[in-house]
Amino acid sequence: MHGTHRIVSKTQLSEEVFRIEVEAPLVARERKAGQFVIVMYDEEYSERIPLTIADADPVRGTVTLIFQTVGASTHKLALKNPGDEIVLLGPLGNPTHIERFGWAVCVGGGIGLAPLYPIAKALKEAGNRVTVISGARTKDLLIMQNELAAIADDHIVVTDDGSFGRKALVTEPLKELCMLSPPPDIVVAIGPPIMMKFCAETTRPFGIKTIASLNTIMLDGTGMCGGCRVAIGDQTKFVCVDGPEFDAHLVDWNGMMMRLGTYKEIEKEAHDRCHLEMQIAQLKAHAADKEPAK
Amino acid sequence: MSHKEEFTMDNAEVELAKLRAAPITPKIRLQIPPQDMPVQDPVVRRSTMDEVALGYTPAQAMLEAERCLQCKNAPCIAGCPVRIDIPGFIGKIKEGDFLGASKIIKRTNLLPSICGRVCPQETQCQAPCTVGKALGSVEKAVQIGRLERFVADYERAQGAMEMPHVASPTGRKVAIVGAGPAGLTCAVDVRREGHEVTLFEAFHKPGGVMVYGIPEFRLPKVLVQSEAEVLESMGVDFELNFLVGRTRPLRALLSEDGYDAVFIGTGAGLPKFMNIPGENYVGVFSANEYLTRANLLKAYMRGVAGTPIYPSRRVAVLGGGNVAMDSARMALRLGAEEVHVLYRRTREEMPARAEEVAHAIEEGIIFDFLKSPTRVLGDDRGRVAALEVLSYELGEPDESGRRRPVAIRGSEQIIPFDTVIVAIGNESNPLISHTTPELKVDKHGHILVDEKQKTSIDIHMKNS
Repeated sequence: MHGTHRIVSKTQLSEEVFRIEVEAPLVARERKAGQFVIVMYDEEYSERIPLTIADADPVRGTVTLIFQTVGASTHKLALKNPGDEIVLLGPLGNPTHIERFGWAVCVGGGIGLAPLYPIAKALKEAGNRVTVISGARTKDLLIMQNELAAIADDHIVVTDDGSFGRKALVTEPLKELCMLSPPPDIVVAIGPPIMMKFCAETTRPFGIKTIASLNTIMLDGTGMCGGCRVAIGDQTKFVCVDGPEFDAHLVDWNGMMMRLGTYKEIEKEAHDRCHLEMQIAQLKAHAADKEPAK
Repeated sequence: MSHKEEFTMDNAEVELAKLRAAPITPKIRLQIPPQDMPVQDPVVRRSTMDEVALGYTPAQAMLEAERCLQCKNAPCIAGCPVRIDIPGFIGKIKEGDFLGASKIIKRTNLLPSICGRVCPQETQCQAPCTVGKALGSVEKAVQIGRLERFVADYERAQGAMEMPHVASPTGRKVAIVGAGPAGLTCAVDVRREGHEVTLFEAFHKPGGVMVYGIPEFRLPKVLVQSEAEVLESMGVDFELNFLVGRTRPLRALLSEDGYDAVFIGTGAGLPKFMNIPGENYVGVFSANEYLTRANLLKAYMRGVAGTPIYPSRRVAVLGGGNVAMDSARMALRLGAEEVHVLYRRTREEMPARAEEVAHAIEEGIIFDFLKSPTRVLGDDRGRVAALEVLSYELGEPDESGRRRPVAIRGSEQIIPFDTVIVAIGNESNPLISHTTPELKVDKHGHILVDEKQKTSIDIHMKNS
């Protein structure tokens, strides 16, 4: 039986953020901006973890995934090393609708900067003027900055704590851009749900079309479980097959955030245990590195 | 438990010996009661995933086999979707030749340990059984499913798993989309003819509903795994974590990858919801989600499995089919204190297998018949707090022949629950048709086929 994929490289981008490159030639060839994959750190007991695709190299046959160790499962994934095999299914979801809108503002928060990059790149390639707003809690969590800077016509960087760029939330520069004449033609926002919600609230009074990419709880990613369902206007949609991108002005953000918290208590306990284990593993690895060669 | 088991075993042996002391007339055969299958004690099994039904002993199987009248016209065969020679294999059981019985079954069905456990026999092979008809109840039909299971388990226990013959290579390649019951069955038949077969499966394990949906306590996963291994040893290739339509377009299988035919066995995998207010509250699950967490992703192994399961105390399961029974019994095993099944009609109309309903009742599942929810009520954190439930009464029969439930006005009541599992069926999953525009479907999303089950995609597109 075939179906696992080899990790070819792993880079730790910050204390909590990892980048892995996985050998998956078919996925690398088929994937388009906006799509995601589901990974598992093993075939028996792993949770199914939806991750957005940050980049792909169809020639080398690899996809790049960037993830933050937010829970027990992402911690276990972070413990995998080059040469290890993981489960990877994809590409899932609908690709981003790309066309020449005119002026596109791409807003990314934290780990959301990873999936934002291929979308911003595709928008640029389609002939749009692309403004990128990169935001994070702190300097260490700003990722994909070189890549984004390379394709953006304008690049605005903000951090919550002012450790890099402007000390602000992404909604501040976003609002300023919306007030310009002419305003942006489209806004794409990817990041924590609360950030996307406030981006939607920022653009709403200006009537600027705003797209958000949702990352909800899901199991199969093919429409079978319905765990990812979210109210979009007066309809219930499945993020995995109807999304992951939706009109941010129609998303029931509060409902979605409540659903994301379904397993909060159970996950917190598992996460704390795993975080400790990972720190111990890193300390051990560190100690082994320091040991003189025999 | 062991006492009970010994008792039934001894009893069956004694009965069998008594029966065979004189020639057995059809009249006598009709007097042998259907043999019950030994089961785990209901109190014990409520807290374990181990299989509930324990299977016949050889004496019980032979006694049950003696009930078969060996009808010349064999109505049971017509009731079996894969046309197993049922009187043939039952005849071998009578003789005590259990491996011989297995050989007969395996001519047309390579998955007897699974079919014997989960096929709805009372609406298939056992429905037209002459014995059941003579005794006026399908429940009294020859227990064909239990016998099939006995034979399969016997073969396995003997370590005598026989490999089906594979014809010499034809040079043709067939792609099968979906490794569920349909895909696995198709794979066996096609491989036997000597064609190369690749099974594409989106999940990380083969088996489809048999691994994600049907619980361990009804169908041990080791059985599904070993059936898949038989296929593998026949030379069937499994491509897991592969979503045809996304990982590779369906047409590319035909036009670029050299497949001569594609079988689509993707099943009905889009869960239906009630479309009532409050259905997106935290604590409302499709049965697919709830069972996939518990079965395929092993959420019952708390602390080991990465997948969490919702902590429930009072669970409402909506629906009356096998999936509703599985969900209810699973919730109980996962620690729920009280599990209710809410069904719009009565026990008579329930589509679930009679045996599953009986097992659920034994285990303490509470059935609220003639009830259906009108909305889900949540607390201030958006979690399920209660259901508003409407009562029904049965009216005139509808087009399905079942009496139509009619709502009783003003009968709404609020019943506290913290978990709601929606088990009212599935629709066809649109993924394959959405990603394959040339595949014609009807307004329900069902794939349109001709009298030979061929879709609108012409094989000649391969050369176009």
